[in-house]
Amino acid sequence: MTTPTLAVEVLRAPRARRANTTFLVSVGIVAVMTLAAILAPLIAPYPPDQVDLGAVHAGPSAAHWLGTDALGRDLLSRLIYGARTALLGPLLVVLSSTVLGILLGLLAGWRGGWLDAVLGRIFDVVFAFPSLLIAIMAVALFGKGLVAPVIAMSIAYMPFVARLTRSLVTAERSRPYVAAYRVQGFGGGWIAFRRVLPNVTPIVGAQSTLNFGYVLAELAALSFLGLGVQAPTADWGAMINEAQAGLIGGYFLPALVPAVAVVVVVVAVNVIGEELSDRIGGEIPA
Amino acid sequence: MALADPAGRTAARSGGAWVGTATLRRVGGKLGALALTLFLASLLVFFSRFLVPGDPVSFLLRGRKPSPEAVAQVTEQYGLDLPPWQQYLNWIAGVLHGDFGRSLQYRQDVSTVIGERLPVTLGLVLMAGLMIAIVGIAAGIVAALNRGRVLDRAVLIGLTVLGAIPSFVGAIVLIAIFAVQLGWFPSFGSGEGGLDTAYHLVLPSIALAIVFVVLVGKVTRSSMVDQLDREHVEVATSRGLKRATVVRRHVFRNAIGPILTVSGLLVAGLLVASSIVEAAFGLAGVGSLLVQSVDRLDFPVVQAIVLLVVAAFVVVNAIVDLLEPWIDPRSAAGAGAR
Repeated sequence: MTTPTLAVEVLRAPRARRANTTFLVSVGIVAVMTLAAILAPLIAPYPPDQVDLGAVHAGPSAAHWLGTDALGRDLLSRLIYGARTALLGPLLVVLSSTVLGILLGLLAGWRGGWLDAVLGRIFDVVFAFPSLLIAIMAVALFGKGLVAPVIAMSIAYMPFVARLTRSLVTAERSRPYVAAYRVQGFGGGWIAFRRVLPNVTPIVGAQSTLNFGYVLAELAALSFLGLGVQAPTADWGAMINEAQAGLIGGYFLPALVPAVAVVVVVVAVNVIGEELSDRIGGEIPA
Repeated sequence: MALADPAGRTAARSGGAWVGTATLRRVGGKLGALALTLFLASLLVFFSRFLVPGDPVSFLLRGRKPSPEAVAQVTEQYGLDLPPWQQYLNWIAGVLHGDFGRSLQYRQDVSTVIGERLPVTLGLVLMAGLMIAIVGIAAGIVAALNRGRVLDRAVLIGLTVLGAIPSFVGAIVLIAIFAVQLGWFPSFGSGEGGLDTAYHLVLPSIALAIVFVVLVGKVTRSSMVDQLDREHVEVATSRGLKRATVVRRHVFRNAIGPILTVSGLLVAGLLVASSIVEAAFGLAGVGSLLVQSVDRLDFPVVQAIVLLVVAAFVVVNAIVDLLEPWIDPRSAAGAGAR
């Protein structure tokens, strides 16, 4: 009996350790980026908008670790400041879509009936609008910047959260503990908010973190299109937008630096999200 | 569904028309849901304008001189002097006849402006779609057949990395390497038509395809793996059928359903992401028109494109949904018969 168990452990051990390293590295990356965003004015070597026409398109050097852009602005400093909008936007979207989705999903799953049907139809319709399209539409209505897209994308991501919450709540509703509370005379609203909600929230929350990477990429895309964060501001998407003209001239760094930052953070965030949803697990009903 | 249809059952016993009735009901139900979703989406697209506080004429003519001519045009186009529901009815009646009003920046019909740019976008989406299907399915099959081995892990890691590369990043990297450094492909414009256009669309299509390959690849892998474990595959193998035949006829054929469903969901993503790729490569397509129209405050064009993208997404998914029983007859009998 011992041999197979041992074999399994031997097989599993290196894999588990590797997954853990990837996870820790990812946490490290996100932590560094977060610190960079918060402490930007303290750690950035230059002000992000400091133009230096004597050092236009400079390569990496001791003075400019990552080189400079077409206006001689320091790329490292702009990268550090750019982490602010890059992380803040997705954070707001994930938080608000999760809160909104959990509340609506709880309502739909707990009450059921016509309310569930109506909400389900609303989720379907919102689901038919790709999130980036809703964000673009919001810019068309309310103007460029980060505010309108963030609100729009919170709504766009809500149905994913709401559907998951609804299915979890529906499964939860038929569990014995709910009936037990009912028999004791507790009200439906109390059970839903005080007992069902805390059981459902961790699973939904872990799943929601998986949206962070998508939102980050989409908000960066919006700035890249010139519809999000506007040009002089150091934002990764806007930086790539500005650096496009230089590409043809062979100046790749001003575009590549923010591009790599986007990819690295998206990967790191996805690894963390997947690990979290694996750990918190929970049966996710189909 | 069978439960809800006692009349159909009786028909089945007496005349064998049960499948026909059930299919009709199913198709009817799906078409009804499709129509309802389209209707609600059109309400959302139209009435979104009412969320903007203030006078609708000044909203529609932001950034432009409210010349009497322009005021008359938008007032007529949207029927701004009518009650809101009447405005919607006029607008949707026009849309159903292919009339999306007039563009403020081009002073042409919106349908003409979009029509001129549609071929580029369709070509781009089609080419990217083919790449996604070929690379994604191939990667998924390779991974599934080498399940648990190094190749499987390598494919999965490769797919995950590709999936983290947004199209604008893919676009600039491709431009830097293949257009500027190597000079193999053009970096700008959509060419002179025909083969030249196809040549101009190679890099944009790759940029568009990159991020979506992972979805098709992973779904192909997992649905193949799911089938490989089943008894009927073992039976087929034990009957002495060649591995390739078993994989083709018993594994892949059964795995197509989820792959198709995911492909349908990709349509919206491709259409929207094409705006990013078109902007990066300077292609005159519908996506870049959308971005430009937002930038130049040309709301009628924005409204039309948003509605068209949503309609395309909903319709394609409805088609995939309707095709499913035709590809996999078991699903017509209900989900329980897997």
